[in-house]
Amino acid sequence: MYTQGLDSKTEHGTQPPPRLVTAEDNRFQERVDAEEKIEPRDWMPEGYRRTLVRQISQHAHSEIVGMLPEGNWITRAPSLRRKVALLAKVQDEGGHGLYLYSAAETLGVSRDELVEQLLSGKAKYSSIFNYPTPTWADIGAIGWLVDGAAIMNQVPLCRCSYGPYARAMVRICREESFHQRQGYELMLALATGTAEQKRMAQDALNRWWWPALMMFGPSDDQSAHSAQNMAWKIKRFSNDELRQRFVDATVPQAEFLGLTIPDPDLRLDPESGHHRFGAIDWTEFNEILKGNGPCNRERIEARRKAWDEGAWVREAASAHAAKRAARALKKAG
Amino acid sequence: MAPPNTDRKDWPLFEIFIRPKNGLSHKHVGSLHAADARMALDNARDVYTRRGEGVSIWAVPAASIAASDPSEKASLFEPADDKIYRHPTFYDIPAAVKNI
Repeated sequence: MYTQGLDSKTEHGTQPPPRLVTAEDNRFQERVDAEEKIEPRDWMPEGYRRTLVRQISQHAHSEIVGMLPEGNWITRAPSLRRKVALLAKVQDEGGHGLYLYSAAETLGVSRDELVEQLLSGKAKYSSIFNYPTPTWADIGAIGWLVDGAAIMNQVPLCRCSYGPYARAMVRICREESFHQRQGYELMLALATGTAEQKRMAQDALNRWWWPALMMFGPSDDQSAHSAQNMAWKIKRFSNDELRQRFVDATVPQAEFLGLTIPDPDLRLDPESGHHRFGAIDWTEFNEILKGNGPCNRERIEARRKAWDEGAWVREAASAHAAKRAARALKKAG
Repeated sequence: MAPPNTDRKDWPLFEIFIRPKNGLSHKHVGSLHAADARMALDNARDVYTRRGEGVSIWAVPAASIAASDPSEKASLFEPADDKIYRHPTFYDIPAAVKNI
């Protein structure tokens, strides 16, 4: 999902060496098993802390980078209604990034370190934000499919064992349902519009369908950390389970739009009630994670540019705060 | 405990509390970095009250909060557990007695 980089075996090489299980580890696991929440100052295994810092920060980076493909369309939205919706959605994503960075900071990592990791290209973020948004229909497809997939993944994260992460996810999920609905509404307007508009909608679906499925991360048999993360209740469902749920939810929505999902192997399995889908091209996914996607370089460059061009704002805010503090001191003295 | 944040580039951390409506207490909603308290309030408004979540904001420097240590949980809170006589149900009152 937004943190799919964690799942890839290639990133870490082999599994970490086994370590001795201590009494503290066991007590910790008992608390997690009993569905007790873990709070920042509680004892936790180093692996738990490390995994959470990586997962939450990747999630935060994804929100921040995720503002770029859509922000690109704010000035070109076709009506005021669409424009305020898009503006509000992108603003929400900035807020979601903040909630998540704050949650990561409770684990002892500083905001500066996290920003630095993103700008240096060291940090990972979701593969989905490395695709371009050449047409207005892409904004609809992102809301419908990308936010739809995100919600599917994030709702279970509201029950994550780590309190600050779970609380951030509750806020995010509450805000995010409008994102998916505005996207679907936009797709519906195009799909029921002129022939050219419908073509645009179909074209966007064609380009976003497979990348949306890849958002759930590698298949379970390829996923490196699933078992431990499930035991720690950082993760509640496997990648494949969530992907299947997403497909089952989305296929009827596409049918309602009168659009065709670009998968010739897609069929309803009457016995299980699940929609079976074709093979995913994981080469494309791995290339994007390695930094070779269509927009990887552009996204990081845009973040660097925003950071550099915002330097004077940060300096001015610090100077202003210092001046006000000095004045208050003088008045008091 | 998380190691203290010693990076001086970072603006101080503020914990944000929101009163959802008059009659209710302020409740912790999250945190943010800001150059000073006024900026913390401005940013808290933009981040935590975009959908009518509140009528009042407190921004408290995180460094000013004194917190109990989770490892002292037992010595702090367990003494209360065996003092059941602090609860009204500890006392036997005949059913015939009303309004008590």
